[in-house]
Amino acid sequence: VIVFSWPDSGAKRQRCVTCYEGKVNRASWENGCAAVFAEALHLGNLLVRYGYIYPLKEPRALQLKPDESPYRFQTPYFWISTRWPATELDYAIYLAKKNIRKQGELMEYEKESYSQLHKRINHTWDFVVMQAREQLRASKQRRKADRMVLECQEQAYWLINRPPPGAHDALDMGPEKGNVVNSRVNLIENSKRALGRNRVKSSICLEGFVKYSEQYHNQDPIMHGCLPSNPWISDDPAHWALNADQVSVPTRLRVERWSFSFMELLNDSMGRKEFMTYLEKEFSAENLCFWQACEDLRHGETSKIVQKVEEVYRQFLAPGAARWVNIDSKTMDKTMEGIKHPHRFVMDAAQMHIYFLMKKDSYPRYLKSELYKSMLAKAIVPQETKKSVFPFMRRQRHSSPSPAKVIATATEQDGQGAGQAGANSSAVSQV
Amino acid sequence: AAAQSRPSALQSGESLATLKNESDSLKKKLEEERAKLHDVELNQVAEKVELVSALSIRTRRVLKGHGNKVLCMDWCKDKRRLVSSSQDGKVIVWDGYTLNKEHAVTMPCTWVMACAYAPSGCAVACGGLDNKCSVYPLSLDKNENLAAKKKSVAMHTNYLSGCSFTNSDMQLLTSSGDGTCALWDVESGQLLQSFHGHTADVLSLNLAPSETGNTFVSGGCDKKANVWDMLPCASVSCRLYDLRADREVAVYQKDSIIFGASSVDFSLSGRLLFAGYNDYTINVWDVLKGNRISVLFGHENRVSCVKVSPDGTSFASASWDTSLRIWA
Repeated sequence: VIVFSWPDSGAKRQRCVTCYEGKVNRASWENGCAAVFAEALHLGNLLVRYGYIYPLKEPRALQLKPDESPYRFQTPYFWISTRWPATELDYAIYLAKKNIRKQGELMEYEKESYSQLHKRINHTWDFVVMQAREQLRASKQRRKADRMVLECQEQAYWLINRPPPGAHDALDMGPEKGNVVNSRVNLIENSKRALGRNRVKSSICLEGFVKYSEQYHNQDPIMHGCLPSNPWISDDPAHWALNADQVSVPTRLRVERWSFSFMELLNDSMGRKEFMTYLEKEFSAENLCFWQACEDLRHGETSKIVQKVEEVYRQFLAPGAARWVNIDSKTMDKTMEGIKHPHRFVMDAAQMHIYFLMKKDSYPRYLKSELYKSMLAKAIVPQETKKSVFPFMRRQRHSSPSPAKVIATATEQDGQGAGQAGANSSAVSQV
Repeated sequence: AAAQSRPSALQSGESLATLKNESDSLKKKLEEERAKLHDVELNQVAEKVELVSALSIRTRRVLKGHGNKVLCMDWCKDKRRLVSSSQDGKVIVWDGYTLNKEHAVTMPCTWVMACAYAPSGCAVACGGLDNKCSVYPLSLDKNENLAAKKKSVAMHTNYLSGCSFTNSDMQLLTSSGDGTCALWDVESGQLLQSFHGHTADVLSLNLAPSETGNTFVSGGCDKKANVWDMLPCASVSCRLYDLRADREVAVYQKDSIIFGASSVDFSLSGRLLFAGYNDYTINVWDVLKGNRISVLFGHENRVSCVKVSPDGTSFASASWDTSLRIWA
């Protein structure tokens, strides 16, 4: 689609609305039109932002307007891509010219810059003024029309290279990044380590990834939508309420997700609770309790490490412990050694052992159990909310209690530390 | 203690030439090893996968309130709140759903390049040109000055480029322009572990979900992404790297894209990749097929940060145009 018109020959002004070239087939014309126009507008806008095209009517408004406003191509001499450093000297000469040409033509910020430059490069000021006069004299030789065009072009160039305060600065690169010494020795060490790494065949890895994305497809609200509706689109937070941490009946998608992997089951507080119930029936709940205690040790305060390690030992590992966990002797010996100098990761080996025990044994049996099957059967499948009859009427958006508040209340009232970081299921309306 | 880059010295008998030879031959050997297990391309495996049906992603919320470029943002686990940080030193906590600003902190430095929400929802961490990462507990008392309760946790020798809470409020992972990443104990401010390995500024980091819960990725200006046990530099292409196969498996780029991508995130199923670019747009890529699905317009300056919400219902973008947008 090309929306682009050249001037008649002889006309001084060029008109450029948007220009875009692309293949468009007839079938997608209708749908594609809006998208193509948006992209054309975006591309045109970038061209204006970077000074390749400039507006004629309002030179300081460096944006592409989708109307009849005229624009002109910037001459290649002034393109940013030439990468000529727009030095203080050049800018001073430009401002001097403007000043000489017509007194008081400088804008406020230009006046400020001009006086600052006057201080900073005072030693070459004679040269600045001389150059300015010379350039003005040379330009008087040209035809008036050409002179005006040149003035516009130069002004456009400086609006990009020295944007007024508050204006969009297209050349802004962000803060200076530091320079760390490039070390050949480090590269060698990294390469040696990389060589020793175990690799898996591409086919296995990629098949795995494809399988993962297919398995999670229905769980992905942006790909598949979500029930009853996506709160961000419909302004109805029911989806969040139905999937809150603590609900009496979970949704079907949620319960299905517990079957994807052991980690999914453990990551969901409700799933973990169900699994605990199941393990209690099997008299192996101590495994999950041990795993949770180890997680708490790994991610908790450094100051509590010694105390927690002692607790874990006392409850789960000591001979005759109330909730003794079954670990192989080799791992147990290693752990006992480690306990002498307790640290955050001292229980890792034991925790891994129990984790894989649950994963290989208890977890698959849980998924086949009546407990899980009945949970799946009674899980909710929310009704899809029919699109509103009046799409432009926005529903009131209710606020939810801040997670910070939820925890503060819990600590005050029941003295229990563990709180939820989820939105409360009862939405509170904001006055 | 501040995490510092370890200087490396030449051993006696080594010259730059011998080192270069050694590193070049190692690189070649590494490529050969990787090629041995490279038996299929991603697009071959993805042939049988259905195309993504047309997505109608639009801006659903515009968060206005920052006075200058927004550099970073992070979601709260409650799926609707988020924290954002800006060049003017302000850090704002929003309820993205209602657009309410719930907390605001003014940092003593400009260019707050990193911010993160604590898993409990009770605190935020942030830092930037002050070379530090500080944690602010979120108080609901409107009269309380959040800055008063600030806790300085991390100290680097250069700017803070990224921060993230690992699993709990108690540990903080940071990345810095000094080329290192570090793990800190929030309570005591103690440095727990330091990671050297980048040869230039570290620009971003992300935690990896895994059974051991011990890994994270960092991306740097040296064009390397390191996976640590315990980014992308703005490059014009986005690359997918398979950690088990130990190779790059896909590149997402187009001739018409000439600006660098600053930030990426996956949709919940991993099928879509959202990438924010320096040409003010967000591109949506089909990760498996490798093609671009759509371009999202709306921002009026660079997109600095893109993150999918915890339940995948939306993703947020932060921009130098001083606003944040939530898309769904």
